[in-house]
Amino acid sequence: MAEVLVLVDHTAGEVRKATFELLTIARRLGEPSAVFVGEAADAAAAAGSLAAYGAEKVYVVSDPEVTAYLVAPQAEVLAQLVESASPVAVLIPSSPSGKEIAARLAVKTSSGVITDAVDVQPGGAGVETTQSVFAGSYTVKATVTKGTPIIAVKPNSAAPEEVSGAGTVEEVTVTLSDLAKSAKITEAKPKAASGRPELTEAAIVVSGGRGTAGDFGAVEAFADSLGAAVGASRAAVDAGWYPHSNQVGQTGKQVSPQLYVAAGISGAIQHRAGMQTSKTIVAVNKDEEAPIFELVDFGVVGDLFQVLPQATEAVNAAKG
Amino acid sequence: MNIVVCVKYVPDAQSDRTFTEDNTTDRVGVDGLLSEIDEYAVEEALKIVEAGEGEVTVVTMGPEQAADAIKKALQMGADKGVHIVDDALHGSDAAATSLVLAEAVKKIGTPDLVITGMSSTDGIMSVVPAMLAERLGLPQVTFASELTVDGSTVTARRDGDTASETIVASLPALVSVTDQINEPRYPSFKGIMAAKKKPVEEWALADLGVDASLVGLDAAWTRVESFTKRPPRAKGTIVADEGDGGTQLAAFLSAQKFV
Repeated sequence: MAEVLVLVDHTAGEVRKATFELLTIARRLGEPSAVFVGEAADAAAAAGSLAAYGAEKVYVVSDPEVTAYLVAPQAEVLAQLVESASPVAVLIPSSPSGKEIAARLAVKTSSGVITDAVDVQPGGAGVETTQSVFAGSYTVKATVTKGTPIIAVKPNSAAPEEVSGAGTVEEVTVTLSDLAKSAKITEAKPKAASGRPELTEAAIVVSGGRGTAGDFGAVEAFADSLGAAVGASRAAVDAGWYPHSNQVGQTGKQVSPQLYVAAGISGAIQHRAGMQTSKTIVAVNKDEEAPIFELVDFGVVGDLFQVLPQATEAVNAAKG
Repeated sequence: MNIVVCVKYVPDAQSDRTFTEDNTTDRVGVDGLLSEIDEYAVEEALKIVEAGEGEVTVVTMGPEQAADAIKKALQMGADKGVHIVDDALHGSDAAATSLVLAEAVKKIGTPDLVITGMSSTDGIMSVVPAMLAERLGLPQVTFASELTVDGSTVTARRDGDTASETIVASLPALVSVTDQINEPRYPSFKGIMAAKKKPVEEWALADLGVDASLVGLDAAWTRVESFTKRPPRAKGTIVADEGDGGTQLAAFLSAQKFV
């Protein structure tokens, strides 16, 4: 069976859940081959977990130069593997870097690229993808008509299935072009860990907006009672109340959790673009005319500083 | 310092965006405007040139109406515009768009910086800047939330989920910017009047030496097979908080098995 390349997303060898989802999707299309870019010392642990989710091969690229420069080296690595392994598809996490790696790989290999896929199935001449577009108002199905399908897939697009693969490790040597080494990463300041799930991967997201007036305490406490990630509207981010990396919306993250709670968020199109496809939507807002109430399964017209603490207490009590 | 800013004319997100019969985005029957994130790209270019010297050229590829996107950038303060307009471009994918834009940048004369927004507000793919860097052979300095140009070096802050990175490259370079980088100016009355006299060239594919068989819907490397309007959400339950709103919310979440 033909190989399907999966670019592994990991932190120091700890593989992110979204990668296991990609391996699961890859098995629909062929034999999953994981591509691990990182330190050799981290590769062994990663290879074990990748094999546990069906990776037949694990290509290990441990040349430190590959991660010393932005995006371009990883595209060259994948282009080299596309050349040598002739995969039926390449699956990449649909993060900013992932989409850019996909973009350059597409040009290098004269292949069609699709980003933000929420489903990938065998179909057409190879794969058929599903995307949600125009702020979630349309669902689009698309195919790649040239080259090797390069698909950037969003988190939560499949339920990861544990199935053991051979996980045969293959070291890959790469020769990078001068161009690939032209944008150097001179410093990387790690973000302080919040202890909460990652926004795009979380099953539940609780977001705060203008209505918090800068105090995210009630939003965070409610999120923690539900084991949720915390998001923020653009208004809250622009006001400097919460980091941009937590922004949900058109110019932030597009999330599609099982449950989305919008607290003190009016629901402008900018915000809706980032959360409209969530399965269940709940809102708390003082203004009964707020457009967010057009989307909700359950809404409370009230002060979030009254409603959220009461709800937090009730949820914590119910958990015992 | 000469800067080329690549911008896109997009359907207004406030209007009912839709598709045409050939499954391409309707760019003609819907009100359009300069893609919002591109305003940040224009602003950044203007700031850099104002701090020194040079010229800002705005390039767009799109139908006749796309001239509005150039006009807005000229009103903000850009010096001149290039509008690539050709019927053969209809339905072009990101790969073809980056090919055409790359040829346009070369024809303008490779500048010190090419600046774009991090993504358009219609497709939101974020792939064209990386493709442009690949095609032009320029360092890729993308998703910049802070930018410093110092002599022949550009330094950017790129915020990711796990780390905030510093990216350094030599000029010339390709930069894409986020909406965190600056606060775009509104065109002044003077700017609006001045824009009327600024030069805008219209280029067809032939002017760029790009073969029409490489662009457009038939040459696209991907194809939209179908589009379906998402059904409206069923109307939910809305309660007014009369002292037990939080309890009711928790009860709803329990009933839905979220607790």
